[in-house]
Amino acid sequence: MEVLGIPDPWVWGAYILCILAVIICVIYGIINWNKGGEDEEEQ
Amino acid sequence: MDILILSIVILLYFLIIGYVGYVAWKGTKTSEDYMVAGRKTHPYIMALSYGATFISTAAIVGFGGIAGQFGMGILWLVFLNIIVGIFIAFVLFGKRTRKMGHNMGSLTFPEFLGRRFNSKFIQYFAGLIIFFAMPLYASVVLIGAARFIETTINIDFNLALLIMAIIVAGYVVLGGIKGVMYTDALQGSIMFLGMLFLLVTTYYLLGGVTNANQSLTNLAPLVPAQVSAVGGTGWTSFPVLGSPWWWTLVSTIILGVGIGVLAQPQLAVRFMTVKSNRELNRAVLVGGLFIFIMTGTAYIVGSLSNVYFFQQTGQIAVQVVEGNIDRIIPLFINQAMQEWFTYIFMLTLLSAAMSTLSSQFHVQGTSIGRDVYETILSKAGDRSVLITRIGILFSVTIALGLGYLLPGSIIALGTSLFFGICAAAFLSVFVCGLFWKRTTRAGAIAGMFAGTITSLFWLFFIYKKTAASLGISQALTGQDILLTSMPWPVVDPIVVAVPLAFVVTIVVSLFSKPPEPQYLDKCFEGV
Repeated sequence: MEVLGIPDPWVWGAYILCILAVIICVIYGIINWNKGGEDEEEQ
Repeated sequence: MDILILSIVILLYFLIIGYVGYVAWKGTKTSEDYMVAGRKTHPYIMALSYGATFISTAAIVGFGGIAGQFGMGILWLVFLNIIVGIFIAFVLFGKRTRKMGHNMGSLTFPEFLGRRFNSKFIQYFAGLIIFFAMPLYASVVLIGAARFIETTINIDFNLALLIMAIIVAGYVVLGGIKGVMYTDALQGSIMFLGMLFLLVTTYYLLGGVTNANQSLTNLAPLVPAQVSAVGGTGWTSFPVLGSPWWWTLVSTIILGVGIGVLAQPQLAVRFMTVKSNRELNRAVLVGGLFIFIMTGTAYIVGSLSNVYFFQQTGQIAVQVVEGNIDRIIPLFINQAMQEWFTYIFMLTLLSAAMSTLSSQFHVQGTSIGRDVYETILSKAGDRSVLITRIGILFSVTIALGLGYLLPGSIIALGTSLFFGICAAAFLSVFVCGLFWKRTTRAGAIAGMFAGTITSLFWLFFIYKKTAASLGISQALTGQDILLTSMPWPVVDPIVVAVPLAFVVTIVVSLFSKPPEPQYLDKCFEGV
């Protein structure tokens, strides 16, 4: 199977994983945008 | 290339950088300001500073050149850079490092390790490793910037190297980490826009994503015979499993930097500059996007440069640059992009080099000022900031000297080696220190020694790329390398040294006296 003109699943797999990884970072950042400020409030 | 326009653009850039550095310098009053920015850094500045420090000319020019040689298999490194270098680093390591660093009042990475295990020896041993190993990394980043300046405006490589070193040293010595982080954030923004434009333009130039990738796939028959012989199969397919080409790509290029990033002193100290976990949560979003665009662009464009060069000259990238892969990206930008973009990319690369160099010099300075001078002589105060500044100037001089001496195609290899040495020396101690309370001082010291000595032994006597060129093995044993059976000569030290360091740290800890509970409670309070 060829994806985006790339024949080797070890390469197009990495291509897709990179996009998934950045989506995970963005979603994590949005969900936790206002969480974790306890230390600052205590300070 | 119009030298007058370029001079005006660069002068304007330095004026803005100078102003930002000056604002930071005005806000630097105490040694805590100088070393961890008063622990009150904005998440955008922290994330971009981390990203811009992580990504240097080594990533863009050096690893972009590696992509021109190895192809898109290097995208696994982009994946690791995002998942390990950002997500795991910020969410798992960053939060604990920030809180524990605050509990222990540590200002540098060696101090963090030293105080976690209540050992001054660990602090100055780590400080010395950083002080002596970091110049290798700093010099290849300098080379990356100088190569682009040399190619773009046709000035002597050695002169370009000197100019870069003087400019960066100036604002690091004056502004401390505030100067470093504020200018990093500005430079990171320039880098992001420059690389995003480069990615879109390259794909547009080559007929879109699928067309460009397909053209690269079609070049597979042009893989040089000597590359095919060691396992290379093309630029859109992975090398033959277990071949020397595969081991070099996986163990040195992908794992060396992909895992080594977790134990980078100049990155770990960033976690100690924010006031709460909220900043780290927000930084995951900014950092993930930044690394994706920076590394993804460098590696994809590096690979696709083969298509462009083949269409223009009938040769693949490595042949066009006559074997010096550090010249692939500079040459591609100068030939394929419009002139105005060359100016912008010049600033992108200057930003990438300066933001990384500034942190490298800052970390080297603090390692000698704070971690060695203050720790051994038990003296603190203004004098240690002075020693730090002298240490920075010394580091710049060493990096500059190495920059003149090192051979071509060295940027990516030098970076991987430094990341590997840091991983071997610090990763096991750092991970166990953060996540395993039973780790003892003896275990930490044994793990650091085991990792460092194994890594250096492997570099000097086993790993062919370094052992053969350093000549230490040849001088002592009469052989280039001690292990000749495959795959050992092409296995990176990180693959052997890091697991061994973990085993030694854990085993010695289990057989030595547990740390005092009261001390651990203080370190882990609120974690």
